[in-house]
Amino acid sequence: MSTTHSRTAGKAMISPAVILLFLWMIVPLAMTLYFSFQFYNLLDPVKSFAGFANYEYFLTDPAFFEALGNTLIIVIGVLCITVIGGTLLALLLDQPMFGQGIVRLLFIAPFFVMPTVSALVWKNMFMNPTNGLFAFLSKLVGSTPIDWLGHHPLASIVMIVSWQWLPFATLILLTAMQSLDSEQIEAAEMDGASALSRFFHIIVPHLARAGTVVILIQTIFLLSIFAEILVTTAGGPGYASTNIPYLVYMQSLLQFDVGGGSAGGIVAVILANIVAIFLMRLVGKNLDL
Amino acid sequence: MGSITLKQVAKRFGDTEVIPPLDLSIEDGEFVVFVGPSGCGKSTLLRLIAGLEDVSDGVIEIDGKNATDLPPAKRGLAMVFQSYALYPHMSVRKNIAFPLKMAGMDQAAIDAKVNGAAATLNLGDYIDRRPGQLSGGQRQRVAIGRAIVREPSAFLFDEPLSNLDAALRGNMRLEISELHQTLATTMVYVTHDQVEAMTMADKIVVLRAGHIEQVGSPLDLYREPANLFVAGFIGSPAMNIIAGPAAEAYGAPTIGVRPEHMELSHDEGTWRGVVGVSEHLGSDTFLRVDVEGVGTLTARAGGEFPARHGDTVGLTPDPERMHRFDANGLRIAG
Ligand SMILES: Nc1ncnc2c1ncn2[C@@H]1O[C@H](COP(=O)(O)OP(=O)(O)OP(=O)(O)O)[C@@H](O)[C@H]1O
Ligand SMILES: [Mg+2]
Repeated sequence: MSTTHSRTAGKAMISPAVILLFLWMIVPLAMTLYFSFQFYNLLDPVKSFAGFANYEYFLTDPAFFEALGNTLIIVIGVLCITVIGGTLLALLLDQPMFGQGIVRLLFIAPFFVMPTVSALVWKNMFMNPTNGLFAFLSKLVGSTPIDWLGHHPLASIVMIVSWQWLPFATLILLTAMQSLDSEQIEAAEMDGASALSRFFHIIVPHLARAGTVVILIQTIFLLSIFAEILVTTAGGPGYASTNIPYLVYMQSLLQFDVGGGSAGGIVAVILANIVAIFLMRLVGKNLDL
Repeated sequence: MGSITLKQVAKRFGDTEVIPPLDLSIEDGEFVVFVGPSGCGKSTLLRLIAGLEDVSDGVIEIDGKNATDLPPAKRGLAMVFQSYALYPHMSVRKNIAFPLKMAGMDQAAIDAKVNGAAATLNLGDYIDRRPGQLSGGQRQRVAIGRAIVREPSAFLFDEPLSNLDAALRGNMRLEISELHQTLATTMVYVTHDQVEAMTMADKIVVLRAGHIEQVGSPLDLYREPANLFVAGFIGSPAMNIIAGPAAEAYGAPTIGVRPEHMELSHDEGTWRGVVGVSEHLGSDTFLRVDVEGVGTLTARAGGEFPARHGDTVGLTPDPERMHRFDANGLRIAG
């Protein structure tokens, strides 16, 4: 790819793929943008220009702020649980033990279960206030079973999603931990560092980079959690477990308001970009070790 | 402070015995070098002393006190690793300060000590850099700096110079020797380089497959190797080992003659042979001579000895400085 000629040829040859990908992204975005400036309801076939009315409606809706807060709680809650839990589990799995291979496999398994399936399993088998395992355990010790999804819907969702993402964090952090030079640990041991100091001064800094990758990838997926909410709480009670993607869904497909839903979608895209810029800063700083 | 005694210390990994029970005593202030071929258990022995491995049997005493079950940090020893094992996310200053910080020393005292070590080892130019931004030799100094601030009763070095180029290795060898002179602290040094062993040691411990073959000063080992293994290991270039009729002429099944202990001449000699390769080092010339019935011998000639490929030369060993070994490879005294 050094001569001008071959470079031109190269560009020509990759262009179909690039153009296809570009259209794939830009057409839906442009259409969403267009719809967001229209009064467009599926029950009323007549479209008309709306200006910023859809945005105004979406952004002043009290549900929006609740959904925004819920989105952040889900993202931050799951990140905290998976990163801290993942580090501790990785530490545990890194120890030599009997049946290491099988134990590791078992830990990774939840990642391969589809979100709808795992959410349903949690809903019906664990959290159900009459038949669930948690209810059974509560009754065993004589306390009243908790109606998880009814009374703590957001905490329940955070719990379910954490269960799904914990293996991912554990796996990435475990590989990072295995790449730590054992002589560094031994040197710290000779230097008089206790197990706790070794963890905070040697292991945690070593995991910083892998941890950043975990946070970055998980945030992208956690911002758009949807299936788990749909099959468990359906965003309720009220808006207690509605996040932005779910709000957009309700707007456009339950209220048939495509214009309003599109405006919400654009807002979600902008929010995701703000988070992305923030994260890229963080990554840039951490990957520059 | 700084004497180390091993009593019947053994180490097994599962069923394989890496170190059979051995005794060794290291005096205070001594520079002891462990040498031996790769895989003979040098690092393992050092790690046993450091406490990074548990002994399978036996007792380790440090300063006369039983230290067998003490954790590494409590033994008062400092170790310099082959890979340096610097903490990559800390600056040089923080690396050196780490053991002091772990000991709970206050910041002013830490700063004073770190600055002192930095001055001793000339780390000033890169004290605020990270290890990743240093050359191999600079990292080595930092690793030594981290060891000396703790003021240990003994230093343990595991092949500290093996990642450096020849010139730098020579320099660092001198520096470590000087450090030993100034600090007068016990040092235990592992290497497979016999030049390092000869130049630095007060006492050399030659190991083979976990066994101690011989312990002694460099010159003792050079003059009176206890067996064929030590004879072949100590000295550069290696001693010529001769067996068969040529050896029996001197009254032993096997004899050893060092290249520097043979007389070279153009016309006569006990053994006559043809020069194969000649290596001119300037001060010395080493000739590889093929002698029929004896084998290929290495001989040292003065820098100006005129000999070329294909010349016939005569070699006469000096019987006084010849080493005689019995059928089991042990030295025959006298
Ligand atoms: N953790 C371990 N498990 C099993 N065997 C081991 C272990 N560590 C070392 N060994 C074995 O012990 C022997 C001695 O190893 P050691 O590292 O002490 O050699 P060494 O003399 O330092 O060699 P080198 O000069 O190559 O560093 C080797 O045969 C090695 O395979
Ligand atoms: Mg070794």
